[in-house]
Amino acid sequence: MKAALFVPCYVDAFFPEVGIATLELLERLGVDVAYPLDQTCCGQPMGNSGCRDDAKATEALFVKNFGGFDYVVSPSGSCTHHVREHLTSIPQTKAVKQVRERTYELVEFVHDVLNVREFPWAEFPHTVGLHNGCASLRALRTAKMSEIAEPAFSKPLDLLSKVRGIRFAKPARPDECCGFGGTFSVFEEPVSAKMGYDKVSDHHKAGAEYIVSADMSCLMHQKGCAERLGLPIKFIHIAQILNGTRE
Amino acid sequence: MKRIDHSEASSKFIKATDHLDFHDKRLWDLRQKRDRESGALPEWEALRSLASAIKEHTLTHLSQYLEEFERNAVKNGATVHWATDAAEHNQVVYDILRSRGARTLVKAKSMLTDECEMRPFLTNRGIEVMETDLGERIQQLDDEPPSHIVVPAVHKLRGDVARVFADTLGTDRKNSDVHYLAESQRRHTRPYFLKADAGMTGANFAVAETGSVVVCTNEGNADLSVHLPNLYIACIGIEKIIPRIEHLGVFVRMLSRSALGSPITQLTSHFRAPRKGTQMHIVLVDNGRAERLGMADFWYSLKCIRCGACMNTCPVYRRSGGLSYGATYSGPIGVIIDPTFNLRKYSALPFASTLNGSCTHVCPVKINIHEQIYKWREVIAARHQLPFVKQEAMRVAGKVLSSPKLYRAAVETTGAGIEHLPRFMMYNKLNAWGRQREVPTAPPYTFRQWYLKNRADRGKK
Repeated sequence: MKAALFVPCYVDAFFPEVGIATLELLERLGVDVAYPLDQTCCGQPMGNSGCRDDAKATEALFVKNFGGFDYVVSPSGSCTHHVREHLTSIPQTKAVKQVRERTYELVEFVHDVLNVREFPWAEFPHTVGLHNGCASLRALRTAKMSEIAEPAFSKPLDLLSKVRGIRFAKPARPDECCGFGGTFSVFEEPVSAKMGYDKVSDHHKAGAEYIVSADMSCLMHQKGCAERLGLPIKFIHIAQILNGTRE
Repeated sequence: MKRIDHSEASSKFIKATDHLDFHDKRLWDLRQKRDRESGALPEWEALRSLASAIKEHTLTHLSQYLEEFERNAVKNGATVHWATDAAEHNQVVYDILRSRGARTLVKAKSMLTDECEMRPFLTNRGIEVMETDLGERIQQLDDEPPSHIVVPAVHKLRGDVARVFADTLGTDRKNSDVHYLAESQRRHTRPYFLKADAGMTGANFAVAETGSVVVCTNEGNADLSVHLPNLYIACIGIEKIIPRIEHLGVFVRMLSRSALGSPITQLTSHFRAPRKGTQMHIVLVDNGRAERLGMADFWYSLKCIRCGACMNTCPVYRRSGGLSYGATYSGPIGVIIDPTFNLRKYSALPFASTLNGSCTHVCPVKINIHEQIYKWREVIAARHQLPFVKQEAMRVAGKVLSSPKLYRAAVETTGAGIEHLPRFMMYNKLNAWGRQREVPTAPPYTFRQWYLKNRADRGKK
């Protein structure tokens, strides 16, 4: 099995440790991982802004970089969702369709494709609040959403609960959006910041020392909010915990 | 026409923290009640699919069912009028009232008449219009449009209502007891039911098979408005048609559960025929609906039964208030309907969303709201209605992100750049991110740089 690692642009630039944890975790799990060096972005910023024309070249580059692998794996629910559902600004050739179908978010790749449930090297003796990004939750369906009455399930929780020493905080509104929303965070700054404040305060009140998520973009926004509010809460990507980061 | 600036309006709403907290909690409470009620019906998801399918069938056979409705309504003794747009609707209503010498109209809540701006039209022509729904009446007295399609004054605290009633009804300014306020309004409104020359309602459903108008309410005001005056006018958007009475069972089970988290409204009234010696008029209104029906990506929005569940769940709506949308329809459903009325004026609204998708999954008729929001963004960009700043930002982003070389130049230097900037340069009015949030500190290397160093052997691929 040959998998390509897609490290989203903001992870590459601001959170290399998340890319490293993802790579190391996949390697530990026996995956042959390649990192195409010319990768940039999936096209989501332009796509979500309605700018199909501006997204074309970036989406074409994505397909060029990631064509030919059995899987494309990314530590980001929203980028994965963009590739799967919205990478549509370029003609849908066989190569494009293949890349779109083969792209997985890290949690679903580990949970569904590798079917791994044991992380003997991982220990995280802290209380964490799990934040499921909206794309992971409602588009990729990695966990039960509160809107739909259905049996409870949570792929990220299935994985995290196998980590030694970990405890979970129970926020009051676990799957309300945190207000990042890409360019929304800038063009609708007042609501975005308020949503972020409410989100981190909810986790803080529930006793979370860390907020953990499969979506670093949500965490980047939440971290900025928590720091401004002066809340003693830390942020960590799920890949880091599963890969054995202790703090 | 000026573009509605939702972001600016929301910042004012957020500054009134007491109001904001109440608004958010009240609507979230409705959402939770909705979860409990819908969760208590094992067939809820099946009902959603059924409701959606009934609407789909009806909308794709709309002309047929509209004509069937008209035939049956006429058979029942009602008079049916057709209005192409808001102006025609208002004129038809006015002509009916004038021909009967009516001067006072009591009306139940109707989003359609708000959409048509009927009240000022009639008031300017000497008709006294009394809103009889409590929330709508509060909004009328305060000269504000409703901020929510089900709970029109939900953005107001009782202190605000005390102020409005003191100014307009002469109540005790210092008394904000809700029973006192409700009773004061009741005493003020009741005499109007007796003296009114005409009554008006909207419709939740219009049943083709029976020609009847179905109105779901909790206050009883619609029934008083219909039964006391000798003239009844029902204003109905053409998408409100359902084929048969048996379909009503599906929608009535979902409407109030979705809207307020209650199993059913206090009253579900079927208005079918005029009482002896009275008249019943039905105005069927298009006002852009037929055109919307022809839009491949957006016709689904016509399935809406106006329950407001998408608004209650929307984290943006709860924190910005309905009035910040500057339109009759606000929240997620408003965001996908408003641009059909005026693309430029409402071009910022589809961006007042994080695309989180909660709205789509609470919608009882399964409108793919967040996907339509995404589609509207494409329409708005394609028709050059994006603000210049965003357009330019995306053009540059598209250039940089499609070139590995430019991209690397950007990310591999920003770190060093940001690190050395003084704080006042990063946190100012031009940097919207930094107004209320800290900017992430850039690490000394990107992932790619780490990879080249630590996986040098694999760096070839």
